[in-house]
Amino acid sequence: MNCGVRFAPLLFLGLLIAGLIWRLATPADTNVKSRMVGQLVPDLSLAPAVPGKSGWPLRSSSCGPVVINFFASWCVPCIAEAKQLAELERQGVPIIGIAVRDRPEDVADFLARNSDPYLEIGADPESKVQIAFGSSGVPESFVIDPYCKIRHQHIGPIEPSDVATIRGQVEALRK
Amino acid sequence: MIAETGLAALWLAAGLAALQFILMVSALRSGLHVDRAMRGIAIVQGALTLISFAMLLWVFARTDLSVALVFENSHSAKPFIYKVAGAWGNHEGSMLLWVTVLAVAGAVFALLSRRTGERTMLAALGAQAALALGFYAFLLIASNPFARLNPPAFEGRGLNPLLQDPGLAFHPPTLYLGYVGLSVAFSLAFGALLTGEVDSRLARAMRPWVLGAWILLTLGITAGSYWAYYELGWGGWWFWDPVENASLMPWLAATALLHSINVLAARGALKAWTMMLAVIAFSMSMVGTFLVRSGVLTSVHAFAIDPERGTFLLALLGIYVGAAFILFAVRGASLKEGAPFELVSRETGLVINNLLLSVILGIVFLGTLYPLFVEAVSGEKLSVGAPYFNSVAGPLALLLAVLVGVGPLLAWRRERRPVFKLLTVPALLGVTALAITIILAPAIGILPRLGLTVAAYLAAASVLPLIGRNPVRTPLATWGMVVAHLGIAVALAGMAANAAFTSERLAVARPGETLSVGPWLVQFEGVTPVAGKNWTAIEAELRATRGSGPVTLRPQTRYFTDPPTETNEAAIKTFWNGQLYTVVGKSGREGGWQMRLWWKPFVTLIWAGGALIAFGGALALAGRLWRLRRRRREPGWRERYA
Repeated sequence: MNCGVRFAPLLFLGLLIAGLIWRLATPADTNVKSRMVGQLVPDLSLAPAVPGKSGWPLRSSSCGPVVINFFASWCVPCIAEAKQLAELERQGVPIIGIAVRDRPEDVADFLARNSDPYLEIGADPESKVQIAFGSSGVPESFVIDPYCKIRHQHIGPIEPSDVATIRGQVEALRK
Repeated sequence: MIAETGLAALWLAAGLAALQFILMVSALRSGLHVDRAMRGIAIVQGALTLISFAMLLWVFARTDLSVALVFENSHSAKPFIYKVAGAWGNHEGSMLLWVTVLAVAGAVFALLSRRTGERTMLAALGAQAALALGFYAFLLIASNPFARLNPPAFEGRGLNPLLQDPGLAFHPPTLYLGYVGLSVAFSLAFGALLTGEVDSRLARAMRPWVLGAWILLTLGITAGSYWAYYELGWGGWWFWDPVENASLMPWLAATALLHSINVLAARGALKAWTMMLAVIAFSMSMVGTFLVRSGVLTSVHAFAIDPERGTFLLALLGIYVGAAFILFAVRGASLKEGAPFELVSRETGLVINNLLLSVILGIVFLGTLYPLFVEAVSGEKLSVGAPYFNSVAGPLALLLAVLVGVGPLLAWRRERRPVFKLLTVPALLGVTALAITIILAPAIGILPRLGLTVAAYLAAASVLPLIGRNPVRTPLATWGMVVAHLGIAVALAGMAANAAFTSERLAVARPGETLSVGPWLVQFEGVTPVAGKNWTAIEAELRATRGSGPVTLRPQTRYFTDPPTETNEAAIKTFWNGQLYTVVGKSGREGGWQMRLWWKPFVTLIWAGGALIAFGGALALAGRLWRLRRRRREPGWRERYA
């Protein structure tokens, strides 16, 4: 047996272990990043999710800066996120809500029990808008610039530590 | 005190393993005769781990909530059998089981093995001790199963309903026994490479271990497949999930080893290759354990991800497999290949068998780890699923099944007889099956069609080695081979029939509605709430008819409260020609319920085939051990075999 054949298994093992060490060092990121970041918002119109708030076309002459927040009354992390959204609103960040797979009465109940930081709330009963944004779950938030481009994506609930970041992102777009 | 006794036994066993390893190194250098001492140490070490594991069973049996592991994984209201099974249904306990099996295998080897040369036996026992030492260190440093909880808890947290199932309680230990049984083959190969005594005597010493491990792996995989089939409610029997692949890879390697070891035993050939396979088979077991325990691959088998433990296991993997590969690289050149053979011979058949099995192993290995490497190199995320495995490994597996019919007919060294004539009848059967499927089922896929063809051919071809022999005087090992090969045909028929003829019906049905699936008319009578000990359920009543009188099926959706979990309990009726598989889901709009119905013709043959393969292995093992016993009674065996 020649030398190459004899050492091939060792080389192969080395490769395998290098790959596995890499994986242990950088645990898999299970978040699904949207490919829509950097693109224009989808050209869709939304019906109002609750009486008293209007629906609106997503793409218009003055889009933002604005935070679009996908939420649902049936989503527990959305309750945890509500405080931070209220704080953002208090600091003057405009937020638009999109209620995913929800019923008007449940949304109204959710807003009454938590808080209502939203300028408007659109209904997305079949997740069409959510899928068009490339979002894979609730809650998820997107920062939109004045020219209707999606600039940032935030996956999962907004934590207290995220408030400043998101506010900064919106402020930067105001200039 | 019980937990402390277990821990103390574990420390003592670790100390003995270290002693055993040091003794091996010094004895090989100095040429001292220490084999009696080594055997004694190995046996005591095995007994100590058994004590340690028994102590763990004990604290679980009496739900001692001052032990952290019991608190995490048990509950006083659990049925007794699952309390005990809970001992190995978690990371620490399963690693203790692993090392117990490893040490006990070493002890049994020390107790029984008289066949290899003394130096090889010493080296193998030393290698086995080194293997155990690493896992003792892992347990004692990174995953102590006996850690105390202060103050003790009032109630345990572990009542995971999915784990309260006989299938799940017993299929992991079966697989473990198989995984770890291969460690003896690894140690023997390591020892033989070290001493240079790679010969047919070594092969005969290694063979029962490989065979035993392989039987248990076969049973474990078959049982795991059936468990996933009925418990998950997805109607599939194999998902190419990384953890499933982790059990398939050692099996493929062990199957190859099982065949090549016969060449080494009978003809003294394929030395380097067989040693390599023995190393790879156990390496695959360790890779499997690493993949399962570190959680680096996404899988339906949700195990906790723990980078520290993962790193530890990876280091052990690197040290052991690396050492074996280095030894192979250094010593491989000095191995003289044995007796030559002609192109048409049993040896050639077994070489082709090994090549095909190795390629299939490579395909499964690549598919399992490919997503990891692509992400490491390019950052791109992808997954490899059934279409890859089926279309790449499937045709090779079919080719292998065709050759399984030929190989056993060939003589060692050189085949002069016209044995291929014997295959006329099986070939005709295969062609007939092919013609029938083309006429009766023109629309089925190419792989299932060929699968049915090959199954029909192999069912007949596998029994050919018995023709012209006196069935009583035929060695048990030959019977075992025939039964195992027949099992392949049976399992293949089940897989192909299931793939070709399954009818599926997914529908939202209202009470009173009738759905058709395959030849069945299934009437949905309605749902009723049912309550169990720690769950409530919605139970659907289905009345299925197929010509004759109706059968009733009652699938459930169960809701467990502690912790809140929802499971689907499929209702399955087995008939001689297939299974009717029903699942009830959530209630939909307007009073409808989600129904999933499958008619799966001959699906049970898959597991019957698996059981038959394992039974064939058991026959062969019994035959080999019986022959060994008889030889020992003959005068002068010691001179010839030891």
